[in-house]
Amino acid sequence: MRRERLRVAGVEAVGPYALLRVARGGLDPGRPGQFFMLEAPGRVLPRPMSLCVAPPRELAFLIDPIGSGTRALCALGQGDVLHVLGPLGHGFDLDVVRPLLVGGGIGVAPLPYLSEVLGHPPALLGFRTGWHAQAAALLSNAEVCIEPTYVTELLPEEPHDVLACGPEPMLEALRALVPDAQLAWEAPMACGYGACHGCAVEIDGELRRLCLEGPVLRAMPREELVADSN
Amino acid sequence: MPVSAPLLLNASGCLDALAAPEVARSLDGFVTKTITPEPREGNPPVRVAETEAGMLNSIGLANPGRKRFLAQTLPRLRCLERPIWVSVGGFSATDYAETCAAIDGCDGVATVELNLSCPNVDEAPEGAAEIVAACRAATCLPLYAKLSPAAWDLAEVARAVEAAGADGLSLVNTMRGLALDPRTLRPRLATGGGYSGPALKPIALAAVYACARAVELPIVGMGGVRSGLDALELIAAGATMVGLGTILFSDPAAGARIRGELALEVAERDIAHPLELHRAAHSSLQMAGSSFDNGEQKMPGNRQQSTA
Repeated sequence: MRRERLRVAGVEAVGPYALLRVARGGLDPGRPGQFFMLEAPGRVLPRPMSLCVAPPRELAFLIDPIGSGTRALCALGQGDVLHVLGPLGHGFDLDVVRPLLVGGGIGVAPLPYLSEVLGHPPALLGFRTGWHAQAAALLSNAEVCIEPTYVTELLPEEPHDVLACGPEPMLEALRALVPDAQLAWEAPMACGYGACHGCAVEIDGELRRLCLEGPVLRAMPREELVADSN
Repeated sequence: MPVSAPLLLNASGCLDALAAPEVARSLDGFVTKTITPEPREGNPPVRVAETEAGMLNSIGLANPGRKRFLAQTLPRLRCLERPIWVSVGGFSATDYAETCAAIDGCDGVATVELNLSCPNVDEAPEGAAEIVAACRAATCLPLYAKLSPAAWDLAEVARAVEAAGADGLSLVNTMRGLALDPRTLRPRLATGGGYSGPALKPIALAAVYACARAVELPIVGMGGVRSGLDALELIAAGATMVGLGTILFSDPAAGARIRGELALEVAERDIAHPLELHRAAHSSLQMAGSSFDNGEQKMPGNRQQSTA
Protein backbone atom coordinates (compact mmCIF):
# COMPACT_ATOMS: atom_id res chain seq x y z
CA MET A 1 0.00 0.00 0.00
CA ARG A 2 1.75 3.13 -1.21
CA ARG A 3 0.66 6.74 -0.84
CA GLU A 4 2.48 9.66 -2.41
CA ARG A 5 2.03 13.36 -2.87
CA LEU A 6 1.81 13.86 -6.62
CA ARG A 7 1.85 16.98 -8.78
CA VAL A 8 -0.92 17.73 -11.26
CA ALA A 9 0.42 17.69 -14.83
CA GLY A 10 -2.81 18.93 -16.38
CA VAL A 11 -6.60 18.83 -16.39
CA GLU A 12 -8.39 18.54 -19.73
CA ALA A 13 -12.10 18.67 -20.50
CA VAL A 14 -13.52 15.57 -22.19
CA GLY A 15 -17.17 16.41 -22.86
CA PRO A 16 -18.69 16.95 -19.39
CA TYR A 17 -15.85 15.04 -17.76
CA ALA A 18 -12.30 16.06 -16.80
CA LEU A 19 -9.17 14.05 -17.41
CA LEU A 20 -6.90 14.71 -14.43
CA ARG A 21 -3.27 13.89 -15.17
CA VAL A 22 -0.78 13.62 -12.31
CA ALA A 23 2.94 12.88 -12.30
CA ARG A 24 3.27 9.21 -11.46
CA GLY A 25 6.00 9.53 -8.83
CA GLY A 26 6.82 6.10 -7.44
CA LEU A 27 3.31 4.71 -7.80
CA ASP A 28 2.69 1.67 -9.95
CA PRO A 29 -0.18 2.05 -12.45
CA GLY A 30 -1.38 -1.42 -11.46
CA ARG A 31 -3.72 -3.64 -13.41
CA PRO A 32 -6.60 -2.15 -15.40
CA GLY A 33 -9.68 -1.97 -13.21
CA GLN A 34 -7.73 -1.32 -10.02
CA PHE A 35 -8.32 2.04 -8.39
CA PHE A 36 -6.59 4.83 -6.50
CA MET A 37 -7.81 6.97 -3.60
CA LEU A 38 -7.38 10.62 -4.62
CA GLU A 39 -7.25 13.34 -1.99
CA ALA A 40 -10.13 15.71 -2.71
CA PRO A 41 -8.99 19.20 -1.70
CA GLY A 42 -10.90 20.54 1.28
CA ARG A 43 -12.89 17.36 1.77
CA VAL A 44 -12.78 14.86 4.66
CA LEU A 45 -12.54 11.70 2.56
CA PRO A 46 -10.54 10.83 -0.55
CA ARG A 47 -12.35 9.65 -3.69
CA PRO A 48 -11.87 6.28 -5.40
CA MET A 49 -10.95 6.56 -9.09
CA SER A 50 -9.92 3.81 -11.48
CA LEU A 51 -6.96 4.54 -13.69
CA CYS A 52 -8.10 5.73 -17.12
CA VAL A 53 -4.86 6.17 -19.02
CA ALA A 54 -1.25 5.48 -18.12
CA PRO A 55 0.84 7.93 -20.14
CA PRO A 56 4.61 7.70 -19.61
CA ARG A 57 5.47 8.87 -16.08
CA GLU A 58 1.84 9.92 -15.48
CA LEU A 59 -1.43 8.56 -14.14
CA ALA A 60 -4.66 9.92 -15.62
CA PHE A 61 -8.16 9.72 -14.13
CA LEU A 62 -11.46 10.49 -15.85
CA ILE A 63 -13.70 12.35 -13.41
CA ASP A 64 -17.38 13.28 -13.58
CA PRO A 65 -17.89 16.44 -11.49
CA ILE A 66 -21.14 15.41 -9.84
CA GLY A 67 -20.41 16.09 -6.17
CA SER A 68 -18.30 18.22 -3.87
CA GLY A 69 -15.29 15.90 -3.97
CA THR A 70 -15.24 15.29 -7.71
CA ARG A 71 -15.79 19.01 -8.36
CA ALA A 72 -12.81 19.81 -6.11
CA LEU A 73 -10.69 17.34 -8.07
CA CYS A 74 -11.78 18.81 -11.41
CA ALA A 75 -10.91 22.30 -10.14
CA LEU A 76 -7.27 21.33 -9.60
CA GLY A 77 -4.75 23.05 -11.84
CA GLN A 78 -1.32 22.28 -13.22
CA GLY A 79 1.25 22.32 -10.42
CA ASP A 80 -1.23 21.63 -7.61
CA VAL A 81 -0.40 18.63 -5.43
CA LEU A 82 -2.57 15.89 -3.97
CA HIS A 83 -2.08 12.66 -2.08
CA VAL A 84 -2.75 9.51 -4.06
CA LEU A 85 -2.97 6.00 -2.58
CA GLY A 86 -2.84 2.92 -4.72
CA PRO A 87 -3.20 0.89 -6.80
CA LEU A 88 -5.92 -0.86 -4.78
CA GLY A 89 -8.35 -3.73 -5.18
CA HIS A 90 -8.66 -6.40 -7.85
CA GLY A 91 -8.63 -5.36 -11.48
CA PHE A 92 -9.69 -7.23 -14.61
CA ASP A 93 -8.44 -10.74 -15.31
CA LEU A 94 -6.43 -10.21 -18.49
CA ASP A 95 -6.32 -13.88 -19.43
CA VAL A 96 -9.04 -13.52 -22.05
CA VAL A 97 -9.33 -15.02 -25.55
CA ARG A 98 -11.88 -12.82 -27.30
CA PRO A 99 -12.26 -9.63 -25.27
CA LEU A 100 -15.13 -7.19 -25.71
CA LEU A 101 -15.04 -4.04 -23.60
CA VAL A 102 -18.41 -2.62 -22.59
CA GLY A 103 -18.82 0.75 -20.90
CA GLY A 104 -21.57 3.14 -19.96
CA GLY A 105 -21.24 6.83 -19.09
CA ILE A 106 -18.43 7.60 -16.65
CA GLY A 107 -18.01 3.82 -16.45
CA VAL A 108 -15.79 4.08 -19.53
CA ALA A 109 -13.11 5.40 -17.13
CA PRO A 110 -11.06 2.19 -16.73
CA LEU A 111 -11.49 1.05 -20.34
CA PRO A 112 -8.84 3.12 -22.20
CA TYR A 113 -6.05 1.62 -20.05
CA LEU A 114 -7.62 -1.83 -20.34
CA SER A 115 -7.88 -1.41 -24.12
CA GLU A 116 -4.24 -0.48 -24.38
CA VAL A 117 -3.07 -3.43 -22.29
CA LEU A 118 -5.23 -5.88 -24.28
CA GLY A 119 -4.09 -4.53 -27.68
CA HIS A 120 -7.17 -2.47 -28.55
CA PRO A 121 -9.94 -5.07 -28.74
CA PRO A 122 -13.45 -4.01 -29.87
CA ALA A 123 -15.40 -1.86 -27.42
CA LEU A 124 -19.06 -1.00 -27.07
CA LEU A 125 -19.80 2.28 -25.29
CA GLY A 126 -23.12 3.84 -24.33
CA PHE A 127 -23.75 7.45 -23.35
CA ARG A 128 -26.63 9.73 -22.44
CA THR A 129 -25.77 12.39 -25.04
CA GLY A 130 -23.31 13.10 -27.79
CA TRP A 131 -21.54 15.49 -25.45
CA HIS A 132 -20.89 12.67 -22.96
CA ALA A 133 -19.82 10.45 -25.88
CA GLN A 134 -16.73 12.59 -26.42
CA ALA A 135 -15.13 10.27 -23.85
CA ALA A 136 -15.22 7.51 -26.47
CA ALA A 137 -12.26 9.21 -28.15
CA LEU A 138 -10.06 8.03 -25.26
CA LEU A 139 -9.96 4.53 -26.74
CA SER A 140 -9.80 3.21 -30.28
CA ASN A 141 -11.92 0.53 -31.92
CA ALA A 142 -15.08 1.64 -30.10
CA GLU A 143 -18.67 1.48 -31.30
CA VAL A 144 -20.79 4.17 -29.64
CA CYS A 145 -24.51 4.29 -28.92
CA ILE A 146 -26.55 7.11 -27.46
CA GLU A 147 -29.70 6.72 -25.33
CA PRO A 148 -32.37 5.52 -25.95
CA THR A 149 -30.19 2.81 -27.50
CA TYR A 150 -28.42 0.70 -24.88
CA VAL A 151 -25.21 -1.29 -25.17
CA THR A 152 -27.05 -4.47 -24.24
CA GLU A 153 -29.06 -4.13 -27.48
CA LEU A 154 -25.86 -4.14 -29.53
CA LEU A 155 -24.05 -7.11 -28.01
CA PRO A 156 -22.77 -9.42 -30.77
CA GLU A 157 -24.33 -12.87 -30.91
CA GLU A 158 -21.03 -14.74 -30.96
CA PRO A 159 -19.52 -15.34 -27.51
CA HIS A 160 -16.98 -12.89 -26.14
CA ASP A 161 -15.04 -12.37 -22.94
CA VAL A 162 -16.97 -9.32 -21.72
CA LEU A 163 -15.14 -6.84 -19.50
CA ALA A 164 -17.46 -4.05 -18.41
CA CYS A 165 -17.89 -0.99 -16.26
CA GLY A 166 -20.90 1.26 -16.01
CA PRO A 167 -24.03 2.13 -14.08
CA GLU A 168 -25.58 -0.60 -11.96
CA PRO A 169 -28.63 -1.20 -14.23
CA MET A 170 -26.24 -1.76 -17.15
CA LEU A 171 -24.15 -4.22 -15.12
CA GLU A 172 -27.27 -6.07 -13.94
CA ALA A 173 -28.56 -6.33 -17.52
CA LEU A 174 -25.16 -7.48 -18.76
CA ARG A 175 -24.72 -10.23 -16.21
CA ALA A 176 -28.12 -11.59 -17.08
CA LEU A 177 -26.99 -11.87 -20.71
CA VAL A 178 -23.32 -12.81 -20.18
CA PRO A 179 -22.95 -14.99 -17.08
CA ASP A 180 -19.16 -15.02 -17.08
CA ALA A 181 -18.68 -11.29 -17.69
CA GLN A 182 -16.16 -9.41 -15.60
CA LEU A 183 -17.94 -6.40 -14.11
CA ALA A 184 -16.38 -3.40 -12.37
CA TRP A 185 -18.78 -2.18 -9.65
CA GLU A 186 -18.90 1.10 -7.82
CA ALA A 187 -19.70 2.09 -4.23
CA PRO A 188 -19.01 5.03 -1.92
CA MET A 189 -15.76 4.31 -0.09
CA ALA A 190 -14.14 5.82 2.96
CA CYS A 191 -10.70 4.17 3.10
CA GLY A 192 -10.34 2.05 -0.04
CA TYR A 193 -7.95 -0.38 1.68
CA GLY A 194 -10.21 -2.68 3.68
CA ALA A 195 -10.16 -0.97 7.08
CA CYS A 196 -13.68 0.41 7.32
CA HIS A 197 -16.08 -2.12 5.72
CA GLY A 198 -17.93 0.88 4.27
CA CYS A 199 -17.97 -0.14 0.61
CA ALA A 200 -20.08 -3.28 0.91
CA VAL A 201 -22.47 -3.87 -1.98
CA GLU A 202 -25.17 -6.50 -2.12
CA ILE A 203 -24.84 -8.85 -5.07
CA ASP A 204 -27.07 -11.92 -5.20
CA GLY A 205 -27.94 -11.49 -1.56
CA GLU A 206 -24.29 -11.46 -0.50
CA LEU A 207 -22.50 -8.44 0.89
CA ARG A 208 -19.20 -8.01 -0.94
CA ARG A 209 -16.51 -5.56 0.15
CA LEU A 210 -15.69 -3.90 -3.14
CA CYS A 211 -12.31 -2.48 -2.17
CA LEU A 212 -10.89 -5.90 -1.28
CA GLU A 213 -12.98 -8.37 -3.28
CA GLY A 214 -13.53 -6.03 -6.25
CA PRO A 215 -14.11 -3.65 -7.76
CA VAL A 216 -14.03 -6.19 -10.61
CA LEU A 217 -16.18 -9.23 -9.88
CA ARG A 218 -17.25 -12.10 -12.08
CA ALA A 219 -20.92 -12.08 -12.95
CA MET A 220 -22.32 -15.42 -11.99
CA PRO A 221 -25.89 -16.55 -11.54
CA ARG A 222 -26.98 -17.35 -8.00
CA GLU A 223 -27.15 -21.09 -8.69
CA GLU A 224 -23.46 -21.17 -9.48
CA LEU A 225 -22.62 -19.12 -6.42
CA VAL A 226 -24.48 -21.63 -4.27
CA ALA A 227 -22.80 -24.53 -6.04
CA ASP A 228 -19.39 -22.92 -5.48
CA SER A 229 -19.97 -22.48 -1.78
CA ASN A 230 -20.96 -26.12 -1.32
CA MET B 1 5.60 9.13 32.53
CA PRO B 2 8.05 7.18 30.38
CA VAL B 3 8.47 8.35 26.80
CA SER B 4 7.57 4.85 25.61
CA ALA B 5 4.12 4.89 27.27
CA PRO B 6 1.45 3.78 24.81
CA LEU B 7 -0.19 6.81 23.33
CA LEU B 8 -1.81 6.19 19.96
CA LEU B 9 -4.57 3.70 19.28
CA ASN B 10 -7.27 3.57 16.64
CA ALA B 11 -10.88 4.30 17.44
CA SER B 12 -12.74 1.01 17.66
CA GLY B 13 -14.71 0.09 14.59
CA CYS B 14 -12.61 1.96 12.08
CA LEU B 15 -9.81 -0.52 11.54
CA ASP B 16 -9.95 -4.05 10.22
CA ALA B 17 -6.40 -4.79 11.32
CA LEU B 18 -6.12 -7.93 9.21
CA ALA B 19 -6.95 -5.97 6.08
CA ALA B 20 -4.56 -3.16 6.99
CA PRO B 21 -1.80 -4.70 9.12
CA GLU B 22 0.67 -1.90 8.48
CA VAL B 23 -1.81 0.62 9.89
CA ALA B 24 -2.26 -1.49 13.03
CA ARG B 25 1.50 -1.82 13.41
CA SER B 26 1.93 1.96 13.13
CA LEU B 27 -0.01 2.38 16.38
CA ASP B 28 0.97 1.58 19.97
CA GLY B 29 -1.94 -0.83 20.18
CA PHE B 30 -5.05 -1.44 18.13
CA VAL B 31 -8.71 -1.86 18.95
CA THR B 32 -10.57 -4.59 17.08
CA LYS B 33 -13.88 -4.13 15.37
CA THR B 34 -16.63 -4.84 17.88
CA ILE B 35 -17.25 -8.53 18.57
CA THR B 36 -20.79 -9.72 19.32
CA PRO B 37 -21.82 -13.20 20.51
CA GLU B 38 -23.25 -14.15 17.12
CA PRO B 39 -21.93 -13.27 13.66
CA ARG B 40 -23.36 -10.10 12.14
CA GLU B 41 -23.35 -9.30 8.46
CA GLY B 42 -23.79 -5.62 9.29
CA ASN B 43 -26.13 -3.05 7.87
CA PRO B 44 -27.20 -3.01 4.21
CA PRO B 45 -25.46 -0.60 1.84
CA VAL B 46 -25.05 2.33 1.44
CA ARG B 47 -22.82 2.44 4.52
CA VAL B 48 -20.73 5.60 4.28
CA ALA B 49 -21.37 9.19 3.26
CA GLU B 50 -19.23 12.28 3.51
CA THR B 51 -20.81 15.45 4.88
CA GLU B 52 -19.58 19.03 5.08
CA ALA B 53 -17.35 18.56 8.13
CA GLY B 54 -17.24 14.84 8.72
CA MET B 55 -18.69 11.55 7.61
CA LEU B 56 -21.47 9.17 8.49
CA ASN B 57 -20.99 5.44 8.76
CA SER B 58 -23.52 2.71 9.20
CA ILE B 59 -21.48 -0.49 9.27
CA GLY B 60 -23.70 -2.02 11.94
CA LEU B 61 -21.13 -4.05 13.89
CA ALA B 62 -20.30 -6.43 11.04
CA ASN B 63 -18.17 -9.14 12.67
CA PRO B 64 -17.58 -12.89 12.56
CA GLY B 65 -19.07 -13.51 16.02
CA ARG B 66 -17.32 -14.53 19.21
CA LYS B 67 -16.59 -18.14 18.32
CA ARG B 68 -14.96 -17.45 14.97
CA PHE B 69 -13.18 -14.40 16.33
CA LEU B 70 -11.49 -16.51 19.01
CA ALA B 71 -10.71 -19.43 16.72
CA GLN B 72 -9.67 -17.63 13.56
CA THR B 73 -9.28 -13.87 13.90
CA LEU B 74 -7.48 -13.52 17.21
CA PRO B 75 -4.59 -15.87 16.35
CA ARG B 76 -3.94 -13.83 13.21
CA LEU B 77 -4.20 -10.53 15.08
CA ARG B 78 -1.54 -11.78 17.49
CA CYS B 79 0.90 -11.97 14.59
CA LEU B 80 0.77 -8.16 14.36
CA GLU B 81 2.69 -8.08 17.65
CA ARG B 82 0.85 -5.12 19.12
CA PRO B 83 -1.26 -5.01 22.27
CA ILE B 84 -4.78 -6.00 21.25
CA TRP B 85 -7.78 -4.17 22.65
CA VAL B 86 -10.86 -6.28 21.98
CA SER B 87 -13.99 -4.23 21.46
CA VAL B 88 -16.92 -6.14 22.92
CA GLY B 89 -20.55 -5.52 22.02
CA GLY B 90 -23.88 -7.14 22.69
CA PHE B 91 -27.52 -6.62 23.49
CA SER B 92 -27.60 -7.62 27.15
CA ALA B 93 -25.21 -7.59 30.08
CA THR B 94 -24.94 -11.37 29.71
CA ASP B 95 -23.81 -11.00 26.08
CA TYR B 96 -20.98 -8.72 27.12
CA ALA B 97 -19.99 -10.78 30.17
CA GLU B 98 -19.88 -14.06 28.26
CA THR B 99 -17.58 -12.58 25.64
CA CYS B 100 -15.36 -11.11 28.38
CA ALA B 101 -15.16 -14.52 30.04
CA ALA B 102 -14.26 -16.16 26.73
CA ILE B 103 -11.49 -13.62 26.07
CA ASP B 104 -10.13 -13.75 29.61
CA GLY B 105 -6.72 -15.34 29.55
CA CYS B 106 -6.28 -15.20 25.78
CA ASP B 107 -2.71 -14.41 24.78
CA GLY B 108 -2.16 -10.99 23.29
CA VAL B 109 -5.33 -9.39 24.61
CA ALA B 110 -4.27 -6.35 26.59
CA THR B 111 -7.61 -4.72 27.28
CA VAL B 112 -11.33 -5.13 26.76
CA GLU B 113 -13.18 -2.10 25.49
CA LEU B 114 -16.92 -2.33 26.11
CA ASN B 115 -18.79 -0.72 23.24
CA LEU B 116 -21.69 0.73 25.19
CA SER B 117 -22.64 3.28 22.60
CA CYS B 118 -22.83 2.10 18.98
CA PRO B 119 -25.26 4.43 17.22
CA ASN B 120 -25.80 1.98 14.36
CA VAL B 121 -27.69 -0.80 16.06
CA ASP B 122 -31.28 -0.42 17.11
CA GLU B 123 -31.28 -2.85 20.01
CA ALA B 124 -30.82 -0.84 23.20
CA PRO B 125 -28.33 -2.40 25.59
CA GLU B 126 -28.85 -2.39 29.30
CA GLY B 127 -27.44 0.31 31.51
CA ALA B 128 -23.73 0.98 31.14
CA ALA B 129 -22.95 0.36 34.81
CA GLU B 130 -24.84 -2.91 34.84
CA ILE B 131 -22.89 -4.17 31.84
CA VAL B 132 -19.57 -3.09 33.34
CA ALA B 133 -20.41 -4.83 36.63
CA ALA B 134 -21.27 -8.07 34.84
CA CYS B 135 -18.05 -7.92 32.84
CA ARG B 136 -16.02 -7.06 35.92
CA ALA B 137 -17.16 -10.32 37.46
CA ALA B 138 -16.23 -12.20 34.28
CA THR B 139 -12.67 -11.06 33.63
CA CYS B 140 -9.52 -9.73 35.23
CA LEU B 141 -8.56 -7.92 32.03
CA PRO B 142 -8.58 -4.12 32.13
CA LEU B 143 -12.04 -2.88 31.17
CA TYR B 144 -12.51 0.36 29.27
CA ALA B 145 -16.04 1.69 28.80
CA LYS B 146 -16.63 3.40 25.44
CA LEU B 147 -19.32 6.00 25.97
CA SER B 148 -21.51 8.12 23.76
CA PRO B 149 -21.16 11.88 23.93
CA ALA B 150 -24.93 12.05 23.55
CA ALA B 151 -25.55 11.05 27.18
CA TRP B 152 -27.46 13.76 29.01
CA ASP B 153 -24.99 13.69 31.90
CA LEU B 154 -21.83 12.02 30.67
CA ALA B 155 -19.88 12.64 33.86
CA GLU B 156 -22.60 10.85 35.80
CA VAL B 157 -22.30 7.86 33.48
CA ALA B 158 -18.53 7.97 33.96
CA ARG B 159 -18.92 7.91 37.74
CA ALA B 160 -21.36 5.01 37.47
CA VAL B 161 -19.06 2.85 35.34
CA GLU B 162 -16.11 3.70 37.56
CA ALA B 163 -18.10 2.53 40.60
CA ALA B 164 -19.05 -0.64 38.69
CA GLY B 165 -15.41 -1.53 38.18
CA ALA B 166 -14.28 0.04 34.92
CA ASP B 167 -10.53 0.62 34.62
CA GLY B 168 -10.77 3.37 32.04
CA LEU B 169 -12.94 5.31 29.62
CA SER B 170 -12.90 5.60 25.83
CA LEU B 171 -14.35 8.95 24.81
CA VAL B 172 -16.13 9.39 22.47
CA ASN B 173 -18.09 7.20 20.11
CA THR B 174 -19.71 8.71 17.03
CA MET B 175 -22.92 10.75 17.30
CA ARG B 176 -26.05 9.67 15.50
CA GLY B 177 -26.51 11.73 12.35
CA LEU B 178 -28.43 11.87 9.10
CA ALA B 179 -27.51 13.04 5.62
CA LEU B 180 -29.99 13.57 2.79
CA ASP B 181 -29.39 13.21 -0.90
CA PRO B 182 -29.59 16.75 -2.30
CA ARG B 183 -31.56 15.59 -5.35
CA THR B 184 -34.03 13.11 -3.91
CA LEU B 185 -34.07 14.47 -0.33
CA ARG B 186 -34.03 10.87 0.86
CA PRO B 187 -31.50 9.51 3.41
CA ARG B 188 -28.13 8.81 1.79
CA LEU B 189 -27.46 5.78 4.02
CA ALA B 190 -29.70 2.76 4.28
CA THR B 191 -29.99 3.47 8.01
CA GLY B 192 -29.04 6.47 10.13
CA GLY B 193 -25.33 6.76 10.75
CA GLY B 194 -22.60 7.54 13.25
CA TYR B 195 -21.11 10.98 12.68
CA SER B 196 -17.33 11.27 12.95
CA GLY B 197 -14.50 13.42 11.68
CA PRO B 198 -13.38 16.99 12.33
CA ALA B 199 -16.78 18.19 13.58
CA LEU B 200 -16.59 15.73 16.47
CA LYS B 201 -13.45 17.26 18.00
CA PRO B 202 -15.04 19.94 20.22
CA ILE B 203 -17.58 17.37 21.39
CA ALA B 204 -14.80 14.93 22.26
CA LEU B 205 -12.85 17.64 24.06
CA ALA B 206 -15.89 18.57 26.14
CA ALA B 207 -16.55 14.93 27.02
CA VAL B 208 -12.95 14.19 27.99
CA TYR B 209 -12.77 17.42 29.94
CA ALA B 210 -15.97 16.73 31.87
CA CYS B 211 -15.11 13.10 32.65
CA ALA B 212 -11.54 13.92 33.66
CA ARG B 213 -13.00 16.16 36.35
CA ALA B 214 -15.56 13.57 37.41
CA VAL B 215 -13.44 10.40 37.73
CA GLU B 216 -9.86 9.29 38.30
CA LEU B 217 -9.90 6.78 35.44
CA PRO B 218 -7.44 6.93 32.53
CA ILE B 219 -9.12 8.14 29.35
CA VAL B 220 -8.59 7.31 25.69
CA GLY B 221 -9.62 10.49 23.90
CA MET B 222 -10.88 10.33 20.33
CA GLY B 223 -13.00 12.33 17.95
CA GLY B 224 -11.85 14.36 14.97
CA VAL B 225 -8.11 14.05 15.60
CA ARG B 226 -6.21 15.02 12.46
CA SER B 227 -2.94 16.43 13.79
CA GLY B 228 -0.46 16.25 16.62
CA LEU B 229 -1.95 19.41 18.05
CA ASP B 230 -5.43 17.82 18.06
CA ALA B 231 -3.97 14.89 20.01
CA LEU B 232 -2.25 17.23 22.43
CA GLU B 233 -5.50 19.11 23.04
CA LEU B 234 -7.22 15.87 24.05
CA ILE B 235 -4.33 15.11 26.40
CA ALA B 236 -4.62 18.59 27.86
CA ALA B 237 -8.34 17.99 28.38
CA GLY B 238 -7.57 14.83 30.34
CA ALA B 239 -6.80 11.94 27.97
CA THR B 240 -3.75 9.74 28.52
CA MET B 241 -4.12 7.97 25.19
CA VAL B 242 -5.49 9.16 21.87
CA GLY B 243 -7.53 7.24 19.31
CA LEU B 244 -7.41 7.91 15.57
CA GLY B 245 -10.51 7.24 13.51
CA THR B 246 -11.70 8.97 10.37
CA ILE B 247 -8.23 10.39 9.65
CA LEU B 248 -6.96 6.85 9.03
CA PHE B 249 -9.32 6.60 6.04
CA SER B 250 -7.75 9.51 4.22
CA ASP B 251 -4.24 9.01 5.60
CA PRO B 252 -3.33 5.43 6.52
CA ALA B 253 0.07 6.72 7.69
CA ALA B 254 -1.53 9.20 10.11
CA GLY B 255 -0.15 7.30 13.12
CA ALA B 256 3.47 8.02 12.24
CA ARG B 257 2.69 11.55 11.07
CA ILE B 258 0.78 12.51 14.21
CA ARG B 259 3.47 10.97 16.40
CA GLY B 260 6.01 13.19 14.63
CA GLU B 261 3.82 16.27 14.96
CA LEU B 262 3.33 15.54 18.66
CA ALA B 263 7.09 15.37 19.10
CA LEU B 264 7.39 18.79 17.46
CA GLU B 265 4.65 20.23 19.67
CA VAL B 266 6.44 18.87 22.70
CA ALA B 267 9.83 20.21 21.59
CA GLU B 268 8.36 23.66 20.93
CA ARG B 269 7.00 23.70 24.46
CA ASP B 270 10.35 22.60 25.84
CA ILE B 271 9.05 19.49 27.57
CA ALA B 272 10.01 15.82 27.24
CA HIS B 273 6.68 14.06 26.70
CA PRO B 274 3.16 15.07 25.68
CA LEU B 275 1.76 13.60 28.88
CA GLU B 276 3.49 16.37 30.81
CA LEU B 277 0.57 18.44 29.50
CA HIS B 278 -1.99 15.94 30.77
CA ARG B 279 -4.91 17.95 32.22
CA ALA B 280 -3.21 21.22 31.29
CA ALA B 281 -6.63 22.58 30.27
CA HIS B 282 -7.81 22.12 33.83
CA SER B 283 -4.99 24.07 35.42
CA SER B 284 -5.47 26.91 32.95
CA LEU B 285 -9.11 26.98 33.97
CA GLN B 286 -8.09 28.10 37.43
CA MET B 287 -6.37 31.08 35.85
CA ALA B 288 -9.15 31.80 33.41
CA GLY B 289 -11.39 33.39 35.96
CA SER B 290 -15.06 33.32 36.62
CA SER B 291 -16.42 33.81 33.12
CA PHE B 292 -15.29 30.33 32.03
CA ASP B 293 -16.54 28.86 35.29
CA ASN B 294 -19.95 30.33 34.66
CA GLY B 295 -20.07 28.86 31.21
CA GLU B 296 -18.96 25.51 32.50
CA GLN B 297 -21.86 25.28 34.91
CA LYS B 298 -24.14 24.96 31.92
CA MET B 299 -22.28 21.93 30.66
CA PRO B 300 -24.10 18.68 31.44
CA GLY B 301 -21.96 16.40 33.51
CA ASN B 302 -20.07 18.90 35.58
CA ARG B 303 -22.53 19.35 38.36
CA GLN B 304 -20.59 17.42 40.97
CA GLN B 305 -17.09 18.37 39.98
CA SER B 306 -14.59 19.27 42.65
CA THR B 307 -12.77 22.55 42.75
CA ALA B 308 -9.54 20.84 41.76
